[in-house]
Amino acid sequence: MTTDLSAPARRSTTTAGRGNSPRPPFGVSAVSVLAVLIALFSLVPLGYVAYMTVATGWDTAVGLILRPRVGELLLNTLLLMAATIPLCLLLGVAGAWLVERTKVRGHRVWAVLLAAPLAVPAFVNSYAWVTAIPSLGGLGSGILISTLSYFPLVYIPAAATLSRLDPAIEQSAAALGLGAWRTFFRVVLPQLRIAMTGGALLVGLHLLAEYGAFAMIRFDTFTTAIMTQYQSTFNGAAGNMLASVLVLFCLLLLLAEVRSRGTARYARIGSGVQGKALRLPLHAYQWPAQLFLLALTALAFGLPLVYVIRWILAGGADIWTASEFLPALLTTFSYGLAGAAATTVVAFPMAYLAVRHPGWFSKSLELSNYVTSSMPGIVVALAFVTVSIRLVPGVYQTAGLLVAAYVLLFIPRALVNLRAGLAQAPKELDEAAQALGKPPLLAFIRVTLRLTAPAAAGGAALVFLAIANELTATLLLSPNGTRTLATEFWSKSSEIDYAGAAPYALLMILLSAPMTYLLFQQSKKVAGQ
Amino acid sequence: MKIRNSALAGIALAATAALGLTACGGGTPAGDSSSSAASNGGGSDGITVYNAQHESLTKEWVDAFTAETGIKVTMRQGSDTELSNQIIQEGQASPADVFLTENSPAMTQVENAGLFADVDKDTLAQVPAEFAPSTGKWTGIAARSTVLVYNKTKLTEDQLPKSMLDLANPEWKGKWAASPTGADFQAIVSALLELKGEAATGEWLKGMKENSKAYKGNSTAMKAVNAGEVDAALIYHYYYYGDQAKTGENSSNVTPYYFKNQDPGAFLSVSGAGVLKSSKNAAAAQQFLKFITGKKGQEVLKNGTSFEYAIGSEVPANDKLVPIKDLQAPKVDAAKLNSEKVTDLMTQAGLL
Repeated sequence: MTTDLSAPARRSTTTAGRGNSPRPPFGVSAVSVLAVLIALFSLVPLGYVAYMTVATGWDTAVGLILRPRVGELLLNTLLLMAATIPLCLLLGVAGAWLVERTKVRGHRVWAVLLAAPLAVPAFVNSYAWVTAIPSLGGLGSGILISTLSYFPLVYIPAAATLSRLDPAIEQSAAALGLGAWRTFFRVVLPQLRIAMTGGALLVGLHLLAEYGAFAMIRFDTFTTAIMTQYQSTFNGAAGNMLASVLVLFCLLLLLAEVRSRGTARYARIGSGVQGKALRLPLHAYQWPAQLFLLALTALAFGLPLVYVIRWILAGGADIWTASEFLPALLTTFSYGLAGAAATTVVAFPMAYLAVRHPGWFSKSLELSNYVTSSMPGIVVALAFVTVSIRLVPGVYQTAGLLVAAYVLLFIPRALVNLRAGLAQAPKELDEAAQALGKPPLLAFIRVTLRLTAPAAAGGAALVFLAIANELTATLLLSPNGTRTLATEFWSKSSEIDYAGAAPYALLMILLSAPMTYLLFQQSKKVAGQ
Repeated sequence: MKIRNSALAGIALAATAALGLTACGGGTPAGDSSSSAASNGGGSDGITVYNAQHESLTKEWVDAFTAETGIKVTMRQGSDTELSNQIIQEGQASPADVFLTENSPAMTQVENAGLFADVDKDTLAQVPAEFAPSTGKWTGIAARSTVLVYNKTKLTEDQLPKSMLDLANPEWKGKWAASPTGADFQAIVSALLELKGEAATGEWLKGMKENSKAYKGNSTAMKAVNAGEVDAALIYHYYYYGDQAKTGENSSNVTPYYFKNQDPGAFLSVSGAGVLKSSKNAAAAQQFLKFITGKKGQEVLKNGTSFEYAIGSEVPANDKLVPIKDLQAPKVDAAKLNSEKVTDLMTQAGLL
């Protein structure tokens, strides 16, 4: 699961780092070696899936892939994506446009509220909806729950882009006689292309990776079926073949995103200060707009919150067994912190190369990381379990291996933020410090590292958020006796002990809320570069 | 130049630390395995139980055991076949000392892989022979009966099937539910396989794929019956009694129906426990088995909230349950139940 929410940052960071620096702060080659090592490490899961497919043997593999069950899963997954991605784009862009470019009342509040559903893990959302409508199940429910859970992935970058869009283009369009609607479709929408393709990619990857939310409503996708196979055979050929099909899906999604992103330039050209965007008056549409925003927020954020609280009230004091939830909270915290720190450190060489030495080399390193992090947690975890049992049994079921999986799964979150931060720290400052007599490393630490710190913290916070809500990799890789908020919630809700699960759901939402807000703020800053 | 070298060294060091963290010292497996074994409770201070039994039941056993002996127990939760296959993959390196299951096929699988130590004679003496394999490599610890729970507002008694096999017939299309991914259900299929053979089992599974709705977990399937989403569900008996003992909110419209007559649907499944050969703390592990099959352990089943059948130390079943002798269960040799074949057949039928 990646959260490359600030996708627009990718192109805005490549201008720093041109020109020849007389004295780089430290050997580029050392950084390159590190980055290559990390990239190679990140290819372990992909290599595992390829190896298992080959090892299974052609005939068996074909037999396991070309069977009716795979056809069912394929259809389910395709229909889910075909319905959910457009819906998320529609809701995300419409919401972003309303709060950023119209005179909708209370736009500041709505702007934050539309991002809020991201703080509710999809499987908590599912749990609330199943409580509200117990008969929920199948494709329709899958579309409902995933749309409500994931539309903020489109909304956040779209709102960030819209808030920084140069109004001069729209004004020109208006001056040339285009009406408001045609201006929107011919001028505004094309500018949202990066935000929309990036958001759509993220929604797609989340749909492929999601397990808990779909398992609860009896909707089978590749990921739920792999989990089922895993529970029946631990590491059977059938599960691995499903994984290889899933990996292919992820690669196709990545490719589709690269193709549809296009190569047009979106940055503003020209001098002077950008004008402030004009907000469109809504007149008679004010009430429908308010109703739309209210309904969306109520369904995506209000409903899960209300049902979590209802279960907590229904469970009374009994469900707050501190001996159980405190260790889970503490474990979640520790893994979140360790994983966030490790991911940020590991992402640094990659980000440094990408910003200061852009080129095909750094690009391909980066791509290898995106490929891995696009794989569902279950596939990465399966690879780690098998590889560690066979090759390095000493690390099997250790906290370190779990953290390593988190690093691979969530490195883009740190990477994107670090890149933006490094890009904002001009290397000329570094050079000036060196010219003033500071040794390169000291200059680097005093100047660049310090300027990058806020972005690094932002990235780390996002990784923390992801780890706190991670389920499948944690279930498979955690050391014996480990309990996190997510695994406890899952085990309680699987036993339909909904009241017992509620405190864990609430704690996950409370942990996630500040991170979501931070993400929302950060994306606006990044879009402004 | 000198400074630059030290800078390089510093970065290399930091990076090694980072990589070391991610790979968790992949370069020194020997050192790590000892530390991980200790942290997993495989040292002298405790035992690690791979637990596929209900977490709450095993926790009752563990708490009582630790209170009596002072031996610490670490649990790893999973499903029967997930954990059995995991133990087989781990081989001699397995951190597990004890393996507990809901059903016996997974026990047989580990036994066939040659990974179980002999169970202590004292322990086996506490369990009647029909609930333990003749090999003595593991022991039964509890039992559970197959049952069809049905919604009494949707079905009358005369509409109920005579045999579990009838559920594959067209008149049951869309009317019944099960949790095919669970070990419970897979154990029922393994009994069917043993009683009726591969061809009949494959046919029945095909009918099931046509007719049944799949839920995740027996409780969820029963909840669906209660809510009227389906008419009936093939599950184990104690989900009904457990819910009745609590609020009854997931079973108020539900009645259990026992097939009896030695039908495959009257299958009585044995939960198993065994000690791994690779255990570094075998004495404590054997002690744990002796405890749960002993009087105190079995009374947890009689008096607790699990509603599974007590089978050892002459402790009778919970008063609320139909006595074991009235279930008319078919005779199935637990040691012959085959989980791998079942998973294959279910995969072929498109259920997995």
